[in-house]
Amino acid sequence: MTATAATDLPLWPPTNPDHGPFALLDEAERGRLAGPVTRVRLATGSTAWLVTRHADVRQLLRHPGLSANFEKPGFPLLRPLPPQSEVDRQGGFIRMDGDEHTRLRRMLTAEFMIKNVRRIEPLIQRTVDESLDDLQAAGPPADLVEAFALPVPSMVICHLLGVPYADHAFFQARSRTLLDRTAPVDRVRTEVRELRDYLRELIVARQTGADASTDLISRLVRDRVATGQLSVDELVGMALLLLVAGHETTANMIGLSTLLLLREPGRLDALRENPDRAPALVEELLRYLSVVRTGLPRLALEDIEIGGRLIRAGEGVIAVLSLANRDPEVFGAADEFDPYQQAHQHLAFGFGVHQCIGQPLARAELRIALVELARRFPGLRTTATPEQVSTRDTSVVFGLNSLPVTW
Amino acid sequence: MRIEVDRDRCCGSGNCVLAAPEVFDQDEADGLVLLLRAAPPPEAVDRVRRAADVCPAGAIRLT
Repeated sequence: MTATAATDLPLWPPTNPDHGPFALLDEAERGRLAGPVTRVRLATGSTAWLVTRHADVRQLLRHPGLSANFEKPGFPLLRPLPPQSEVDRQGGFIRMDGDEHTRLRRMLTAEFMIKNVRRIEPLIQRTVDESLDDLQAAGPPADLVEAFALPVPSMVICHLLGVPYADHAFFQARSRTLLDRTAPVDRVRTEVRELRDYLRELIVARQTGADASTDLISRLVRDRVATGQLSVDELVGMALLLLVAGHETTANMIGLSTLLLLREPGRLDALRENPDRAPALVEELLRYLSVVRTGLPRLALEDIEIGGRLIRAGEGVIAVLSLANRDPEVFGAADEFDPYQQAHQHLAFGFGVHQCIGQPLARAELRIALVELARRFPGLRTTATPEQVSTRDTSVVFGLNSLPVTW
Repeated sequence: MRIEVDRDRCCGSGNCVLAAPEVFDQDEADGLVLLLRAAPPPEAVDRVRRAADVCPAGAIRLT
């Protein structure tokens, strides 16, 4: 291998936010990151292999020789890792491998399976309806992110978990810090601890009272913690993961999807006239918008050949879901949004055993939110020009800061 | 076509149920894959192939 100074390598993620919310890279970045497997440097000073083709990302994320454990030496961190104690890492199964990961994930798989989410749909529908009632009552103009995109998934996950929505300002602000790549590590550590302490209190309160609640935390306390299968700190970590992942991702998808549908005349009308097409539209929105834009970092534990490149044990790899979802070999004119695209093979939820556990919930929330928005606000339009739309460029989950609308 | 599913590998994503609900389901108890029939009806064959393709854990084998 030719020695290349790390400073000569292209930076990942790139830092130019001027290409708007729907283009993933500008022309220059595209050239530098053409791949299919490109060596990049990260803001933390380390280097990694960037994998961008659909087939390669699939192969990579299904490979058993890759670790998701951030704490392993050589892991390609996109931002510095705050120092963690043993307690801090308990329950966060998104960062675990093998049996450790399987044990915790399987305590939740029945909860988020498709038929269970169907049972929850009336709750989602009610939450959407009430948010839109409030929006209508308040009248235009409004910030659709603040008034609709964020509260809907946040209220739903609070209800499912048994976390009081009244505390939303507390946990939404801290979730945002936790996902911000540029947040100082001390602040991340403090706010993660505050979130863990908050959830621990909720859990301990349920252990002591004669709790007959049916929310997920209460049931896990009764079925898993009381029986010795799960520790309180593990449940804290699992609840933290579900709370953060449960509202940030879907909220950003609702905001971006609304903007995309408003950009082209007739898109919202088409959804109102053909709500049956909503499930297919949701898949194309997931493909095209891919909110986890910076990709999934992994560490190779063994030598792995991907896209004709040998990735050696101990090297970092980043599976870029968003670029794989624009792979022309799979999606044709992939940079075009096409509501009739058969996008079911998109990788917006990731791939491999870590693939999003809440995807049926996310799909249902996005579908119901968009169908109702189109049905009840036929005259909806944004008052922001494309240049005025402010995006969350330093977050692990991409989205809009706000979406000014009127009707 | 014969279908085999590996519940040890399954991660409960439910993609197979979305692709071919007459062939795959999820277990009420643990959310893991349930094979409703090992030989799919002819009209479901393409969707079963798709289910195997989109399974994130590679838990569906077709022979």
